[in-house]
Amino acid sequence: MKITGLLTVIICGALLTYYAMDFPDFGDGRSPANTYLSPHFLENTMHDAHVPNSVTTILADYRGYDTMYETTVVLTAGLACFFLLRRKESTSPPARFFRHVPTGLTLRIEEGGKLPAENSKVFTRIDSLWAPDSLIIRNTCRLIIAFVQLFALYVVAHGHYSPGGGFQGGVLLGSSIILFSISNDLRRTLKRFREKTAAVLGAIGVLIYSGTGFVCLLMGAHFLNYEALSPLLGLKTGDPMARSHGIFSVEIGVAFAVMSVMIWIYYNLSSAGKHDEGL
Amino acid sequence: MEQIFTAMGAKYNYVAYIILMMVGLYAMIVKSNLVKKIIGMSIFQTSIILFYVSTAYKTGKTIPIVPYDAHAAVQAADFINPLPHVLMLTAIVVSVATLGVALALAMKIYRQYGTLEEDDIHEDLRSEEGKS
Amino acid sequence: MIRHLPALLVIVPLLTALTVSALSWVAPRLCLPLTFGCIGASLASSIGILVEVIKSGPVVYTMGGWSAPVGIVYVIDYLSAPVLVVVTAVALINLIASSKQIDRDFSDKKGTFYTLYILFVTGMVGIVATGDAFNLYVLLEIAALTGYSLIGIGHERAPLSSLNYLFIGTIGASFYLLGVGYLYIATGSLNMADLARFMAMPEHGTSTMVMFAFIICMTGLFIKMGLFPLHGWLPNAYSYASPASSALVAPLTTKVMIYAMIRVGLYVFTPAYVFGRLQVGGAMVWIAVAAIVFGSLLALAQKSLFKMLTYIVIAEVGYMVGGFFLGNRMGITGSALHIINDAAMTLCLFLAAGAITYRTKSDDFKDLKGLFHQMPFTMTAFTVGALAVIGVPPTCGFFSKWYLIIGGIQAGHYGYAAALIFSSLVNAVLFFRIFETAYFDQPGDGKGHHHGHHKHHKHKNKMVEAPVSMIVPLMITALGLIALGIYTGDIVTHVIQAAIPGGIA
Repeated sequence: MKITGLLTVIICGALLTYYAMDFPDFGDGRSPANTYLSPHFLENTMHDAHVPNSVTTILADYRGYDTMYETTVVLTAGLACFFLLRRKESTSPPARFFRHVPTGLTLRIEEGGKLPAENSKVFTRIDSLWAPDSLIIRNTCRLIIAFVQLFALYVVAHGHYSPGGGFQGGVLLGSSIILFSISNDLRRTLKRFREKTAAVLGAIGVLIYSGTGFVCLLMGAHFLNYEALSPLLGLKTGDPMARSHGIFSVEIGVAFAVMSVMIWIYYNLSSAGKHDEGL
Repeated sequence: MEQIFTAMGAKYNYVAYIILMMVGLYAMIVKSNLVKKIIGMSIFQTSIILFYVSTAYKTGKTIPIVPYDAHAAVQAADFINPLPHVLMLTAIVVSVATLGVALALAMKIYRQYGTLEEDDIHEDLRSEEGKS
Repeated sequence: MIRHLPALLVIVPLLTALTVSALSWVAPRLCLPLTFGCIGASLASSIGILVEVIKSGPVVYTMGGWSAPVGIVYVIDYLSAPVLVVVTAVALINLIASSKQIDRDFSDKKGTFYTLYILFVTGMVGIVATGDAFNLYVLLEIAALTGYSLIGIGHERAPLSSLNYLFIGTIGASFYLLGVGYLYIATGSLNMADLARFMAMPEHGTSTMVMFAFIICMTGLFIKMGLFPLHGWLPNAYSYASPASSALVAPLTTKVMIYAMIRVGLYVFTPAYVFGRLQVGGAMVWIAVAAIVFGSLLALAQKSLFKMLTYIVIAEVGYMVGGFFLGNRMGITGSALHIINDAAMTLCLFLAAGAITYRTKSDDFKDLKGLFHQMPFTMTAFTVGALAVIGVPPTCGFFSKWYLIIGGIQAGHYGYAAALIFSSLVNAVLFFRIFETAYFDQPGDGKGHHHGHHKHHKHKNKMVEAPVSMIVPLMITALGLIALGIYTGDIVTHVIQAAIPGGIA
């Protein structure tokens, strides 16, 4: 198996390399790809949409339809992880671990034993793959998470003027919640950001995106043609700021969708669908 | 022969992407652990992203964020090509989504068979079929 | 609203899918009616578009107001319109027929199942309607990801088969993406009509970049459609899934990939390039012959109904790929007609098999004994489907086989025509074997000995039919097979002939 695999791979690689000799050089500014379509985007991004970052304009305006499906792919991944993994079993795990808060003692209670009360202030439940409780990690992450979220909002809002945008900001927002879940435990995170919230917010994010396009359709223009939003925003027709605001609105939708789906996938993957104990 | 080496020197980005793609393909074909196959798939998809992004580069030019002056004329030749970057944003997202679904399926398989080695799973299935 | 129909065709399912996803957490009872309404509306609008296209020619819709090649355009022409109708009709019929099976298999996650169902249909409809090469990749991935999750639950071996399908499917989609990348660096454009314009220029006709782009694009699509020898994922993936999912995924995935192959072959790499300069026709038809022979022979070796049907699907893919690569008008007409016919035939057979397994809980041939007496309606529909696969008039299967055989003889490819006739004979053997077991053998012959409850033999001729919600769509599909056969002439003259570019003989 190994020999055939190695041979296949070497032959494929050699063939591909041989035929790659006709391709344009690396860094060639006059290749067909660099001269046919992209100058139009670079020259017209400020004029059409008043957005300096041409990548954002192409992503959300010229090829905004593709991006809508990209966001749907993200939502599909969340749905698929939920669909495949989630189990609402009521069987209890073989052993539960509790920590006695004043003394730091660990208790292990076997199946069938008497568990401490749910809201006991003295005993907190810890995961079976337990790392020692660390004051430093918990409090450092508490500080970092707030700044990560602030930076994420900055990235979303500045997608027009610097590298950034909805996807990047959404991933940062999602990772802040995942950081909270890693430094504390999964149950505490679930209490603050329930799975239902994540699922519904993800769908709402993509709905914001396609809803913006649908509003354009209702106003008479083609789908996702943000110019049709000018009367709603109080701008003259043909004002590039209408496109700029349209792009911003879809970026917000993308950020919501990506954030919720990242958290949703983490919930399902880290606990293998049981939402009982996480990483 | 010499021609090929000089050509490869000028087009080393294609050689890089081909090597990466073959590494990923080899991992997917040869390895028997499911997680290693998933990692190979991820490397395979990343190589294609590398290919697209490397075709967008123009030597000595800057990132495609034009100056914030609505009336200045923009010379497209001063900026690198933005279109492949946009296409690859989509491809990266798709690759992450595929990774998520693949890991969920691998987790389900682990829950069912207790192992992630494909050879052990096939042995398991063969013994089951032998019994029934 | 008429002029926005191409957009609404994809947007309404997408918005409904998102609403269903959100509602599945809040008000789960609304999910099924919404899904049904949405796919029904899609079917209505695709019929509307078909009428529009027949009346006044191809419809072009620019997304975001940017015309090609700057933006993404949707082009619905004579080839896409009938495939759209078929895709939405198959989805709707399957939804009605499988509602009981969904209740049984996915009782607690129905809302998510319906969301994934609609998203799968959205992906398929998008692949058919798009006019942009990169957009096709994104929609291909949506359809693929939802497909992986839909078939991941079912039989015990479903997750492993689905993961295997995921690996191979991702390689296929990545190859397609690589091919689009090669085309992009050769020409600079992503729009299909634009690329066709570039193909006509001599410097692109001879460049190795374009030749490699063709090879890699086509290889990717062949992997996704399950053409021999790249079919390894297909039998396991479709037979171990829940019948509700496999009756949706099996008729649609392979056929829409064949549509994509025809679209990319005829409208991106123009026929002059594919058949004139590259001359791949001959070799590809031999691969198709191998697929037909291999699929038919392996179907003979199977002992389980679903596995046998999947091998028949592999053979059918061989029909269509061979028909396309013959390169003449008859062959391509047969191939395009067979997309429509085969989707209907596969749906009928998979729905019948699903109804059988719903009642008998097993699809092994030993357990099909005496089914004609116990499930007459199901077996009648199964018979009509079987006759269509064998190719008996007036079912639709006969007419598309007719076009394909004539095309093969006209192109001088007698091997292909012989393979088609061989496949018909093997299909006849396959299905008559089942008819014999189901009609003549008494039920419980194998199982009755173990129980010793002789009272059970008195009930052996009682009808234990599948539920009405499964029977009615099944009969509608069976009637549809006959109707498609009767109206073949109209379909071919008004729709399919116009879809083939003029240069082909």
